[in-house]
Amino acid sequence: MLFGVAALFEILGWLLIGQSFLFNVKRLPIIILQVSIIGIIAVGVTQVIITSGIDLSSGSVAAMSAMVAASFAQASGGFLMYFDGIADLPVIIPVAMGIIVGCGAGWLNGAITAYTGVPPFIPTLGMLVAARGVAVLYNDGRPIIGLTDSYKFLGSGIVPVIIFIGVALIFHILLTRTVYGRRTYAIGSNEEAARISGININAHKVLVYTIAGGLAGLAGVVMSARATMAQSGMGFMYELDAIAAAVIGGTSLFGGRGRISGTVIGVLILGVITSGFTFLRVDFYYQEIAKGFIILAAVIADQYRHKRTSGGGA
Amino acid sequence: MAGDIILTTKGLTKHYGGVHALEDADFEIRSGEHVAIVGDNGAGKSTFVRQITGVEQPTAGEIFFDGKTRHFANPLDARKVGIETVFQNLALADDLDVPANIFLGREEVYFNLGPFSFMNEKKMLAMAEEGLKRTAIKIPNLHNTIGNMSGGQRQCVAISRTVTFASKLIIMDEPTAALGVQETTQVENIIRTLKKQGIPLILISHNLRQVLNLVDKIIVFRRGRIVGALDAKKTDGNEIVSLITGLDTGVHENASYI
Amino acid sequence: MMDMIKNMTARPLPKDTGIFLVLIGVAIIFEILGWLTQGQTFIFNAQRLFIIILQMAIIGIMAIGVTQIIIMAGIDLSGGSIIGIAGLVAASLAQTSDNVNAVYPAFTDLPVIIPVLAGLGVAMGLGWFNGAVIAITRIPPFIATLAMLVIARGLSRWYTSGKQVSFFVDDFGFFGSGATPIWIFLGVAVLSHILLTRTTYGRRTYAIGSNEQAARMAGINVGRHKMLVYALAGLLYGIAAIIQTSRAETAQSGTGLMWELDAIAAVVIGGTSLMGGVGRITGTIIGVLILGIITSGFTFLGIGVYFINIVKGIIIVAAVVADQYRHRSKRKA
Ligand SMILES: Nc1ncnc2c1ncn2[C@@H]1O[C@H](COP(=O)(O)OP(=O)(O)OP(=O)(O)O)[C@@H](O)[C@H]1O
Ligand SMILES: [Mg+2]
Repeated sequence: MLFGVAALFEILGWLLIGQSFLFNVKRLPIIILQVSIIGIIAVGVTQVIITSGIDLSSGSVAAMSAMVAASFAQASGGFLMYFDGIADLPVIIPVAMGIIVGCGAGWLNGAITAYTGVPPFIPTLGMLVAARGVAVLYNDGRPIIGLTDSYKFLGSGIVPVIIFIGVALIFHILLTRTVYGRRTYAIGSNEEAARISGININAHKVLVYTIAGGLAGLAGVVMSARATMAQSGMGFMYELDAIAAAVIGGTSLFGGRGRISGTVIGVLILGVITSGFTFLRVDFYYQEIAKGFIILAAVIADQYRHKRTSGGGA
Repeated sequence: MAGDIILTTKGLTKHYGGVHALEDADFEIRSGEHVAIVGDNGAGKSTFVRQITGVEQPTAGEIFFDGKTRHFANPLDARKVGIETVFQNLALADDLDVPANIFLGREEVYFNLGPFSFMNEKKMLAMAEEGLKRTAIKIPNLHNTIGNMSGGQRQCVAISRTVTFASKLIIMDEPTAALGVQETTQVENIIRTLKKQGIPLILISHNLRQVLNLVDKIIVFRRGRIVGALDAKKTDGNEIVSLITGLDTGVHENASYI
Repeated sequence: MMDMIKNMTARPLPKDTGIFLVLIGVAIIFEILGWLTQGQTFIFNAQRLFIIILQMAIIGIMAIGVTQIIIMAGIDLSGGSIIGIAGLVAASLAQTSDNVNAVYPAFTDLPVIIPVLAGLGVAMGLGWFNGAVIAITRIPPFIATLAMLVIARGLSRWYTSGKQVSFFVDDFGFFGSGATPIWIFLGVAVLSHILLTRTTYGRRTYAIGSNEQAARMAGINVGRHKMLVYALAGLLYGIAAIIQTSRAETAQSGTGLMWELDAIAAVVIGGTSLMGGVGRITGTIIGVLILGIITSGFTFLGIGVYFINIVKGIIIVAAVVADQYRHRSKRKA
C-alpha cells in the first residue's frame, strides 16, 4: 500500500512535472520529519483504538503541553518571560512538564471513560475543547518565545525522527511482548471476557489513555522545539491525522486489532500523500477535502474487513 | 379438526457461508392447527423462522402461503399477508410505550403524508386495549415505557402485538424462555385462547411438557434437518428426546409419523 | 389542602421540570453574582435578555436538528462546518451588482430566493451524505461526521480561496434583522416538536434510537429514515447559516467553527440521551437557554472569553456522565 501510493506519485511526478518525486535527497527527509510529530501522537492513539476507544483530544493536548513546557524552557535575557526569575532550566524539566501535563489530560480522559462508561469520544471531545481553552488561557493567547538552545535541539535536524522511532520501538515491544500489550488487545477484542478473566479493565484503560496523553505531550514538546516557540493554535486537528494514520495502518476501530508497525506505515502514507499533493502543486484547499475522504475511506475499509472476518466465524 | 393447508415449505435451505443452518426442510401447517418445533440449541429452529418471516432470504427452497408461492423481501411483506411473529429476541423498543410498540412500523394515521403522517393515537390505544382484552392480558398502565416492565409483561406485549392484527398465522420463538412460573402460565393461556379462536400457531420451545400439553403436532429439528414429525397425543417425552439427540434409534423406529 | 397535595403528587410533573429548575437556578446564580460583583441586575434587563435569545437562536436551530439525530442514537459533529460552506454558497449568490469583487459577477442582484435555496440545498445535500454513509456503510456516526467536519471546512476554504464574501442585496438582510431569527427558531422548534410527537416520522426516530434491530424487524426502512433525519438536520444547519450570514452581513470560511459542540451541549443538557430513544425539543430549548445564560453571564461578569471554552468542555462531559447514570438506574429498575 505504501509502495503503491509512493509509486503512484512517482509516476504522476514524471507525467506532470517531469521529475522524480521520491528519489530526491531533499524531499524524503522532509516527509519523514513532517510526519514524526503526528507519528508520536499516532503511536498513543493506536493503543487507545486497540482497546476499542478513541482519543479526539491529542492535538489540543499537544498544544497545551507545548505551552506549559515552553514556559519552563525560556532562556534568560528574553524580555517576554512567562515566569520571572525562572530561566535556563535544564532541558529535562520542560520536557517532563510537557509530558506530565499530557499524562494528566490523558488520565482524565481515561478515568471518565473507564469509570462512567460514557462513549470515549465524548470525554475526549470535551478535552479537545477544554485543553485548547487552557492553551489559549495560559498566556492570554500570546505565544511563548525565546527558548533555550538545549530545548530547541529536540526539534532540530533529525532529532524528532529519532524520538519518533524510539517511541515506536518501545511501544511495539510493549504491545507485542508484555502483559501490558496482552491486556490492551484483550480489552479491545472482548471487554466482557477480559473482565471475567480477572483483568482490571478500568485501571488498564486509564493507563492506556494516560500513555496516549503523555505521548501527545511529548509531541507538543517536539513541536514547540522545532518551531522554536509555543503557540495556542498549534497541533490543530492533528488528532484526525493520527487517527487516520492508525486506521490506514490496519488498526480496527472495533478494537482488538492493530500494530505499531502498521501505524508507522500509515503515518508515512499520509506524509507521502500530503507532500505528493504539494509536489504536484495541488491546491492546499483540495488537500484538506481529500483528507476527509481519506479518513472516510480508511474507516469504511475497516468496516468491511471487520464484517468479513466476524461474519463467517460464529 | 385441521383444515386446509395454510403454509408449506419445500426444500427450504439456509447456509451462512460454510454453516449449513437449515437443510432441505419440508414443513406444513393447516388452518387451526398448533405445531411445535423442538430441537437442540443451534438445531436451526430460529433460522427456519427467519426464512418464513422474511427476516432473511433462504439459500434455496420454496414457501407457499395461503395458496400462493411467496418471496418475502422483509418482515413487513410477511406481515402484510398475515404472518405475525414473536421473535426470540423480542424486538421491542424499550423507550416506547405499549401501543407504540404494538403498532411499530404500521401506525394508524389520519391521512397519508409519507413519513410525516399524523398518527391516530386514540385509535391505536383502543385497538391495543382490544387486543390485550382478547388474550386476557393485563397490563396496568399502557403508557408505561416497555423498558420499565417485567419480562412477563414485555413478552405479553410482544404476543399481543401479533394478536392485535387478526392474522392467518402466528409464530412464537421460545416465548416463555425467560419467564417465571406464573408468567409462563399466562402465556400458555394465551396460546389456548388462540387455539379456541382457530388461529394457527407455530411454537418453538425447549419445554417438552409445555409442548405436549399445548400443541397438535411436534416437528423435531436436528443439525438443520427435520428428523421427525410426531402426533402430540400419541408420543411422549422419551421419544422426542431421542429424536432431538439422535441417540437410541430403537425408539425412533416405533415413532408414529403423521 | 390534603386533596391538593394528593392531586399534586398524583399528576406526574412535566418531563422537563428538572431541567427547567436548573435553568432558574443558573439564572439566579448569575443574578446574585451580578449584584455582588457589578451592583446591577443580570436577568431583569430586557435588552440583555433579547440579545441572549437572539444569540442562541442560531445555535438553537442547529440543536433542534442535532436533537433528532441523537434521539436516533446518532451524532453529528459536522454542523458547524456545514454552516460554513452553506453560508458562503448563499452569500456568493446574494451579492449586489455594484460590487467589483463579486464571486460570480454574472450572477448578482438575483432574487433572494435563489441564494436561500442554494444555501439550504448545499446544507441538506451534505447532511444527506452523512446519513447515506452512515446508513450504507454502518461506520460509527461520529467518525463519518468527523470526516464531514473536515471535508465541509475544506470545501468552504476552497470555495472562495479563503476570501470573505459580503455586500448583499437588501432582501437578504431580512433573515437576520430584528427579532426574525427568534421567530424562525420558534417556528422550527414548534414544527419539529409536532413532527417528533405526532407523526410516524417521530415514532420511527425514537424507535430506531431505542432498538434499531426491533425497528428493522417491525418493517421500518431504517437506512432510508436515517438519511431523512440527517438530511433534515442539514436543512436546519442551512437555515442557521442563512440567518448567520444575513446577520453578520458577511460570510467567511471560518464561520461556525466548533458550533456543533455548543449544539451538542445544549441537546445533552436538555435531557436527550446519547444512548438514543429519549429526548425532547422542549428540553433542548431549555438547554439552549442555559448555555446562553452561562455564556453571556461570563461576559457580564468580565470572565475571560477563553475560560468559556474550558467550561463548555466540562459541561458537555458532565451532562453526558449524568445521562449515563440516569440511564443506568433506569435500566436496572
Ligand atoms: N447470521 C448467522 N451467521 C452465521 N451462522 C448463523 C447465523 N445465524 C445462525 N447461525 C448458525 O446456524 C445454526 C442454527 O442457529 P439457530 O439460531 O437457528 O438455532 P436454534 O435452533 O434457534 O437454537 P436455540 O435453541 O439456541 O435458539 C447455529 O449453528 C448458528 O450458529
Ligand atoms: Mg433460536
